[in-house]
Amino acid sequence: MEFGPHLMLAALEGAVTAAILALTAMGLSIVFGVMRVVNVAHGEFYMLGAVLAWWVATVLGTHPAIGFVAALIIAPALVGGIAMVADRLVLKRVAYDADRTIVATIGMLYIIQQTTLMTFGPDARPVEPPFNTRLALPWFEWGENGFAMFWPWGLSTTSYKLFVIAAAAVVLVALWLVITRTKAGLLMRATQQDSETAQAFGVPVGRVYSLVFGLGAGLAALGAVLVVPIQQAHYLMGHDPLLLSFIVVIIGGLGSLPGTVIAALLIGMSDGIISVFFSPTLAKIIATLLVALVLVFRPQGLMGRAQT
Amino acid sequence: MKDAAKSNALHFGVLATLLVLFFVLPPYHAGNLSRIMVLAIYAMGFNLVFGYTGLLSLGHAMFFAAGMYGFGLTANLAGWPVVLAFATGIVCAAALAAVVAALALRTAGVSFMIVTLMFAQTAYLVVLYFGEYTRGDEGFVVQKAARMIGEIDLTTDTARFFAAYILFAICFQGLARVIQSRFGRTLVAIRENEERTRMLGYDAQRHKLYAMILSGAVSGVAGAAYAMLFGYVGATFASVQYSIFPLLWVLLGGAGTTIGPLIGVLFMFYLIDFSSSFTNAYMLIAGVALVLLTLFAPHGLAGLVRRKVFAWLP
Amino acid sequence: MAAMNILETRGLTKTYAGLKANTDINFVLARGKVTALIGPNGAGKSTFVGMVSGRTPATSGKVFFEGRDISALPAHKRIQLGLAYTFQITSIFPGLTLHENVALAARRILGGDPAKTDAKVRYVLERVGIDDRADQIAGDLSYGHQRLLEIAMGLAQEPKIFILDEPTQGLAESEVQDFIKLIRDLAGETTILLIEHNMKVVMAAADHITVLDQGMVLANGTPEEIHANPAVQAAYLGTADA
Repeated sequence: MEFGPHLMLAALEGAVTAAILALTAMGLSIVFGVMRVVNVAHGEFYMLGAVLAWWVATVLGTHPAIGFVAALIIAPALVGGIAMVADRLVLKRVAYDADRTIVATIGMLYIIQQTTLMTFGPDARPVEPPFNTRLALPWFEWGENGFAMFWPWGLSTTSYKLFVIAAAAVVLVALWLVITRTKAGLLMRATQQDSETAQAFGVPVGRVYSLVFGLGAGLAALGAVLVVPIQQAHYLMGHDPLLLSFIVVIIGGLGSLPGTVIAALLIGMSDGIISVFFSPTLAKIIATLLVALVLVFRPQGLMGRAQT
Repeated sequence: MKDAAKSNALHFGVLATLLVLFFVLPPYHAGNLSRIMVLAIYAMGFNLVFGYTGLLSLGHAMFFAAGMYGFGLTANLAGWPVVLAFATGIVCAAALAAVVAALALRTAGVSFMIVTLMFAQTAYLVVLYFGEYTRGDEGFVVQKAARMIGEIDLTTDTARFFAAYILFAICFQGLARVIQSRFGRTLVAIRENEERTRMLGYDAQRHKLYAMILSGAVSGVAGAAYAMLFGYVGATFASVQYSIFPLLWVLLGGAGTTIGPLIGVLFMFYLIDFSSSFTNAYMLIAGVALVLLTLFAPHGLAGLVRRKVFAWLP
Repeated sequence: MAAMNILETRGLTKTYAGLKANTDINFVLARGKVTALIGPNGAGKSTFVGMVSGRTPATSGKVFFEGRDISALPAHKRIQLGLAYTFQITSIFPGLTLHENVALAARRILGGDPAKTDAKVRYVLERVGIDDRADQIAGDLSYGHQRLLEIAMGLAQEPKIFILDEPTQGLAESEVQDFIKLIRDLAGETTILLIEHNMKVVMAAADHITVLDQGMVLANGTPEEIHANPAVQAAYLGTADA
């Protein structure tokens, strides 16, 4: 394939990555932003979403579309519930102290990961997508008759991948509306701004925290459910999304939804493109180093508010 | 007995006990002592910045790995003599620590944790990227010639033990002296109240930088020793897991105590040894341990002893 | 030759996003005297003192210590020059013993000699009146005693200038009396800059008073002059009695 079509293919793959990443990173950003805690186990909630999706699809055993829709609803809800329990049992008890929360969530990471290893096993297991028609994509070329379209072999995507991009966009818009237009969203934003004052005004900060933690985990799980028909469910699959989510949240700026989306697009696309043309390892090196340097020199990221 | 004398007695006792154990324990456990001591050196290096200075670094594996690869690559590929290769490992780790600390110490708290994590992850990926030389995750075996100092063959149990023991003793006593010095006490002050320390006229940034460099160097000693004594170098030692381990060991044994790191390593070593005989999910134990520790025993074993019984515990 | 003015600020200004906390403060601190800085709440006293000590970066203006421009120096370097500072909200090492708290302050001056440090710690704790509990954990002390500890830490540094930010706040009446005695006792050895709300303390202890209002210098003078100054009285909305 020539460069042009190759780039388009890489860009499309990057867009899918970016879509999933935006959802997952948004989950981390919300938790980070409202609760001021770093959830190192975030990647494991993502992984749980994929594993539970496989389980739901397998247990139902019917047409992939039904299994998929069921998984789409059940898996994020379950994972969100587990997260809320973890918040009640552990995080509240350490009063969200920064050091102890990090250590506790590292512990949770291993508990979730290893329990999955013991039950689900070390293999990667596929989930069938609900629909998966191959869509050939056109490319343009100057011919003798001027601008002509043709269909290069290998330049294609699937209907499912396009669906993933659309679905992620819909969820993000819905999230934006909830945060900015509903009362629940208002309570979240108030708690994020100033939790003490919010409490003084009768906002149930403890419950907001539990819900937010659950929502963050649920978003990650949702991203994983969307991605599992493309990749496979595996007990170690949470590692990369965790690091990438960190990168996105930091570069995009804490607590900024538009910043997170823009950063996810940037990271997802460049990860996809660099991975295709160079090596995936190099892409990751650049991204990781970049986020460290951003934190050192421009801690507020692209669009976050600088702390006075 | 004055506190200083009690501390000296304790440290001497620990070293004497280790020596005795080697001759008294059955070969399997006596052999484990070498590995435990080398990992305890790593834990002590980490304890300096985490336990005493109050900096939570999630990237110490990069210093361990710098020591390991600094030794392994120069000994194996370049054929350098053992002692020189070992020194190179330490220098690499210290240099890396200096660079990372100079950047990372511009941040604090959560940002510091993330920055160290990210730098370590970068180091891990770089090791993979240059797989041609480093053999990536698979790793490589250190050649026999690099594991002999003159006539002494370090692959025998006895030589291995004594090499590890000497290194451990030096680091153990050395760090104990550092802790009790002016510098060490200032580190503790920084941990307790950094702004107050600054407003007493101390250059807190410089103290933290030196602590990180020393910590990195000690971690490098452990890494180089591991390669030298156990003959294997691999990228796993640069992974996140190896940054989590010292945190786990130090928390368990008691952060900010001199014997805590050794106790933590000992405990975890046998806990994992025991549980990996019936499941390959032994890291579950680590996970549960971390959660329980931070919930109910944030001071660890030695820390608990210090609070309830021996207030003089260094 | 020792300058008459050990500390001087010129045009010291602090602006926070459009809000002027301190405007153009020209201030001199006379050597060996006790100077009180007073003013209504929000006058900018703590901000000013923060800029002098280096805790708060100034937006513009200069600070001179013994004639030398220290405006570019970070806080810890200014402390090294001979400034001691106690916080408005007591800031000690609550997890360490009283002895270690003071020792940390003394060690910087005395070097590593444990015998000299111990002697200094004992002397200072005695002077301040809390030497009977040197091995106690500082966090277990009463608030008043913690404040005394902080003063002890300042003394251990043998400072040329001793800045005290609202030192009597939260102290019982008897403790306040002891404090006034201590200040008068120290007056000759070091220069004291005192931020105070308690006018009894100010009148009893200060040689000189500077009044701040709304971030600017309102008046300067002896206690009697300030007491009689109508503008000062107006700024406090009433008489100047505590």
